[in-house]
Amino acid sequence: MTVFIIRRLMQALVVVFLMSIIVFFGVNVIGDPVAMLISPDADQAEMEAAIRRLGLDRPIHEQYFAFIKGAATGDFGRSFIFGEPALKLILSHMPATLELAFTALFLAVAIGIPLGLYAGLYPDSPISKGIMAGSILGFSLPTFWVGLMMIMLFAVHLQWLPATGRGDTGTFLWFETSLVTRDGLSHIMLPALNLALLKISLAIRLTRAGVREAMGQDYVKFARAKGLSPRRVILVHVMKNILIPVVTVMGLELGSLIGFSVVTETIFAWPGMGKLLIDAILQLDRPIVVAYLMIIVLFFVLINMIVDILYSILDPRVRLQEQGA
Amino acid sequence: MTDTQIIAPVPAKAETPFAQFRAEFFESKIAVGALITLGIVVVLALLAPWITPQNPYDLAQVDVMDARLPPGEEAFSGYTMWLGSDGSGRDLFSAILYGLRISLAVGVASGVIALFIGTFVGLFAAYVGGRVETLIMRFVDLQLSFPASLVALMLVALLGKGVDKIILALVVSQWAYYARTVRATALVERHKEYVEAAICLGLSKARIMFRHILPNCLGPLIVVGTVQVASAISLEATLSFLGVGLPQTQPSLGVLIANGFEYMLSGRYWISVFPGLALLLTVVSINLVGDHLRDVLNPRMKK
Amino acid sequence: MKHLILAAGLPFAVLVAGAQSATAETLTIGLAAEPTSIDPHFHNVGPNNAIATHIFDHLVKRDENQQQMPGLAVSWAPIDDLTWEFKLREGVTFHDGSAFNADDVVCTFERAPNVPDSPSSYGTFTKGKTVERIDDFTIHIKTEAPYPLMPNDIANVAIISDDTGCTATTADFNDGSAAIGTGPYRFASFTPGENLTLQRNDDYWDAAPEFETVDYRFLKSGPTRVAALLSGDVDMISGVPTTDIATLQNNDDISLSQGVSNRVIYLHMDQFRDVSPFVTGPNGEEIPNPLRDVRVRQALSMAVSRDAIVDRVMEGTAIKAGQLLPEGFFGISPNLQPVEYDPEGARALLAEAGYPDGFTMTIHGPNDRYINDARIAEALGQMFSRVGIKTSVETMPRSVYFSRASSGSPEGEPEFSFILVGWGAGSGEASSPLRSLVHTYDSERGFGSSNRGRHSNPEIDAIIEQALATVDDAARQDLLAQAMEMAIETVAVIPTHFQVNTWAARDGLSYVPRTDEYTLAMSVTKD
Repeated sequence: MTVFIIRRLMQALVVVFLMSIIVFFGVNVIGDPVAMLISPDADQAEMEAAIRRLGLDRPIHEQYFAFIKGAATGDFGRSFIFGEPALKLILSHMPATLELAFTALFLAVAIGIPLGLYAGLYPDSPISKGIMAGSILGFSLPTFWVGLMMIMLFAVHLQWLPATGRGDTGTFLWFETSLVTRDGLSHIMLPALNLALLKISLAIRLTRAGVREAMGQDYVKFARAKGLSPRRVILVHVMKNILIPVVTVMGLELGSLIGFSVVTETIFAWPGMGKLLIDAILQLDRPIVVAYLMIIVLFFVLINMIVDILYSILDPRVRLQEQGA
Repeated sequence: MTDTQIIAPVPAKAETPFAQFRAEFFESKIAVGALITLGIVVVLALLAPWITPQNPYDLAQVDVMDARLPPGEEAFSGYTMWLGSDGSGRDLFSAILYGLRISLAVGVASGVIALFIGTFVGLFAAYVGGRVETLIMRFVDLQLSFPASLVALMLVALLGKGVDKIILALVVSQWAYYARTVRATALVERHKEYVEAAICLGLSKARIMFRHILPNCLGPLIVVGTVQVASAISLEATLSFLGVGLPQTQPSLGVLIANGFEYMLSGRYWISVFPGLALLLTVVSINLVGDHLRDVLNPRMKK
Repeated sequence: MKHLILAAGLPFAVLVAGAQSATAETLTIGLAAEPTSIDPHFHNVGPNNAIATHIFDHLVKRDENQQQMPGLAVSWAPIDDLTWEFKLREGVTFHDGSAFNADDVVCTFERAPNVPDSPSSYGTFTKGKTVERIDDFTIHIKTEAPYPLMPNDIANVAIISDDTGCTATTADFNDGSAAIGTGPYRFASFTPGENLTLQRNDDYWDAAPEFETVDYRFLKSGPTRVAALLSGDVDMISGVPTTDIATLQNNDDISLSQGVSNRVIYLHMDQFRDVSPFVTGPNGEEIPNPLRDVRVRQALSMAVSRDAIVDRVMEGTAIKAGQLLPEGFFGISPNLQPVEYDPEGARALLAEAGYPDGFTMTIHGPNDRYINDARIAEALGQMFSRVGIKTSVETMPRSVYFSRASSGSPEGEPEFSFILVGWGAGSGEASSPLRSLVHTYDSERGFGSSNRGRHSNPEIDAIIEQALATVDDAARQDLLAQAMEMAIETVAVIPTHFQVNTWAARDGLSYVPRTDEYTLAMSVTKD
C-alpha cells in the first residue's frame, strides 16, 4: 500500500511537471494581456512600462524558470487582474466549488441509485421506461440550457429559490460552508441539481445495468433457490456487487463534476473556482489559469488514488501492488 | 435481405449474426423511431442548401431589419419565417439546418478521428503488452480522470475559435474512451479459444489483432461511438455557450442556443427554444439508438 | 439577508423580500463589471474607479455628466503657464478619524504611478506633474509645458491617507486594513469575484448617501443579472441587456433609468498599407488598398444605416453618432450630423473611385466588449454587402482581439484592415478621442496610441497639439471642434453610434444615469 501511494505520488509529480510546461507555454501563446488590461487612455510608453511590470518583456523560458522556482515554494505568481497570489485566490474559491460538487454527487447517488434499482428490477414496467427515458433526457440536454430553464421556473416565476450566488456560510467543524445555513441551502439547491442532472442519469443507468446483469448470475439464482426473501437477495447480494462499479464511477465523476461546474457556476454566478477559471481564460489572467490546472491535476491524481484504494477495500480480488508494475 | 426475415420474431439459427442483430435491434419501437428521426435529421441537414429559403451564412441574404421576428412572420424579402428569426435577422429554420450541419459534422468528424486513434492505441497496447502497455494505459487512465469538458475547454482556449480547432479539442478529450474500450475487449478476446487456435496455427500477431480481435471489438466500439458523438455535439454547444466555441457568424446549433440564451427572459422564446429542440432531438435520438445497441450487443444483458 | 425556503406561496415570498430590503436599509446591487481590487491605484479601469469613488474622494469630483465639481479641493486655477494651484478642503477626516491635509495629496501622487504589478497604471494621470506642498491646505502642481487638462487628470486620482495608505500593498487594500479613505462609504468586506460590502460613512463632509449598507454582487452574465433582479435577489442591476429592456419596461415592479454614455462605437480603416491584408478585389485578387481613398471611406460611411443599428440591433437604446462624443460634451462641433444612409450614393462614390464592382473585405470586431458588438459587426457586414462590397465578419473574444488589432501583424503593426472598436472619453472632453484615435501614431510623444487605422493628417495633428497646449477654455473648445470637423470630413474614422446605458431597479428606487458608465450607490435614491 505504501509503495503504491509513493509510486502514485511520484507519477503525479511527473504529470504536474509536464502539465506545467504545456500549460505555461500554451497560455503564453494566446493574446497579449497588457493590450487587453491596460486603460485605453494609456500611451505607448505606459504600455511598455506595464509589460515590464508584469515581467512579460523577459524571454519565455526565463519566465518559465522563474515560475517553476516560485512554484517549488508554493508561489504560483500573482494574478494580473486581482494583484493577489494566484494560489490564494484559487484556494479561497475552492470550498464553494467542492461543496457544490459534493452536494451534486450526493444528489446523484441519493436519486440515481434507487431509481436505477427500480428500473433494473422491473425493466418492463411503464415507470421504469419513464425513468430510462428521463435519464436519456438527463444526459442529452445541455447543462447550461437546463440551468437557465431552472432559473426561469423556480426563481423568476415561482420565486421559491434564489437565482444567483452563494448564501450565508456557517462553520461546521473547521469548514466554512453554506451547507449549514438555511440561506446557504436555499442557494445551493438549483445549482447543485443542475450540476447533478447528468450524474443522476449516469447513476440510474449504471445501477440498472448492474442489477440486470446480477439478476441473471448464478449466485443470485442460487440465493433465490435457497429461499432467501427477495428483499434480502436484492439488498444484500445484488447491492453488494453493484455498489462497487457504481462507487468507482461516481468517485471518478467527482472530477468531472468539478470540471463541469464551470458551466453551472457561470449561469448561477456561483463564486467557485470554475467561474474564476473561465473569467481568467477570458481575461488572459495567465497565472490563475496555470495555477488552476496545476492544482486540478494534483487533485485528480489524488481522487484516482483514493478511488483505487477504496476499490481494493471493497473488492479484495483487486491488488494495488500489481498495478503500474 | 427480405423483410420477412427482418421482422421474424424468433431469429432462426441459420441466420448470419448480422441478420440476427438486425432483427433484435428492430424489436424495439423506440429505437426504430429514434433511428428514423435521426435519419430525417441527417437528411435535412445534408439537404440544407437546397431546402432552406435563405443561406444564413451569406450576409447579403440576411437583413438586420428582419431581426427578432416571431414565428410565422413574413420577412422583408417575402418568404415566411416559420420559426421566426434571430437577433441578426437570420431565418431560424435555415439557421437551424445549417447549424445542424456544422454540429453533426463536428460531432461525427471528432468521433471518427478519435475512434481511429483510440482503436489503434488500444489495439497496439493489447498487442505489445508488457511495460509499454502499462505505460500507455496509465496515460489513458490519467487522461480519463480529467473531465473531457475541462480538457476541451483548455484546448479551445489555447487554440482559439474555429471548426478545425474544436474538432481537435474534442478528439483529444475523447480518444482515450475508445482506447480503453478496445483494449479491454481485446484482452478478453485474447484468451478465447479461437484466438488460441489462431496462435497455434502460427498466424502472425498483427494478423490476429486486426483480422480476428478487431472485428469482435466493433460492437462495444459502436456503442461508445454513438454516446461519444452525442456528447461531442453537446460539448460543442457548451463550449460555444462559454464563449470559446465556434464563431458567431456561422453559427452551429450550440452557438444558436447560446445566442438565444440572451433572449430567454425577453419573451423571444423562439430564438433559443427551437435550436434547443433541434439539438435535443438529435442528441436524444443518437443516444436512444446507442442505448438500444448496447442492449442488443451485450450478451449478458439478454434475458 | 436570509432567504426563506418556502414550499409554496409566491406572494408571501415577494412580500418578505421586499419588506426586508426596505427596513434593513441594505441596498443590493448586481454589477455587470466587477472591480478587481480595492486598491484605487492598482488597475486603471472603469469598474475599479467606480468602486474607488465610494471609499475614496478625489480632489476634483465629477457629476453624472462628467462635469467637474469641487471634491477634496475647493478650488483650482492655473497661477502661471506651468503651475496649477489647488486649495484643499478643511475639516475632512478619513474613516479612521485622522485629518486630511496636503501631506496626503503629496504621498498619493508618489504612490499612484508606482504600484507593483499594476496592469494599467495611474501614471497616465500623474506623469509630467510635480506636486508641491505650499501649506496644509494648498498645493501647487507644476508641469513642463502648459497643461489645460490638469483638473481632468487629477479627477482620476483617488486620495489615500499618508498614515495608512501610502505604504500599503494592494493586498492591504483588499483585506480592508488600508482601505481607508474620506469617501461616502466605508469598506466592510471584499471577496474577489464574489461581492463587496460597504457601510455608510456618517461623518461624510458632503451629503450622506441614502443607504446604510450596500452589497455589491458581481454578476457578469446578462440574463443571470436580470433573473437576479426579477427573483428579488438584488434590488438593482447595471448593464441591462438591450434584449431585456422592453420586457422590463412593461414590468410594473421594475423601474429603468437610461443615459447616453461617453462611449462612441466607431470603425477604423487601414490607411497605412499599400496593400491591406483583409481587402482584396471582387474575385479575391490582390488590389491596392482602396481604404486610402477618401471617397471609398465616405461611401462606407454612407452605406451604414445608423437607424437600423439603433432600432434593430440596439433595440432603440443607442444614439446615432456623427462625431466622437455626444451632445453636451466639451470640444464637440455643433455642425456635425450623423451621415445619412444612402446606398445609391455609396455605390456611385465607389464607382467614381474606380470600384464599380466593389471589393472584398473582412470586418473584425470583438464579441464580448461592447453592447451587442458581434451583432453590430454582422449588421455592418450586411450593409456593406448591399452596396457591392463582399464582406465577411469575424468576431473574437477581446482577449485575442485587442492585441491583434493593435499589433498583430508580423511587423508589429495593426493586423486587420477594417475594425469595429469603441472609445469612452475618460476625461469627458473631445481631446481624449482626438489625440488617441485621430492624431498620427507617434509612440515617442504618446499620440495616436489607439490609432489602429494609422490615419495621418499633419494639419489635424497641429490643431490637436495646439488645443492640448491652450489653457483658455473657449479657444480650446474652438480648436477641438475644428479638429473634430476635419477628422469627420476626411473620414479618419467612421462613428456609428453612442452607447446608451441602462440600469434597472425594483420599483421605489431610482438611479441617476451617468455618462461615465459608473454605478454608484450614492446616486440611488428612494422615491
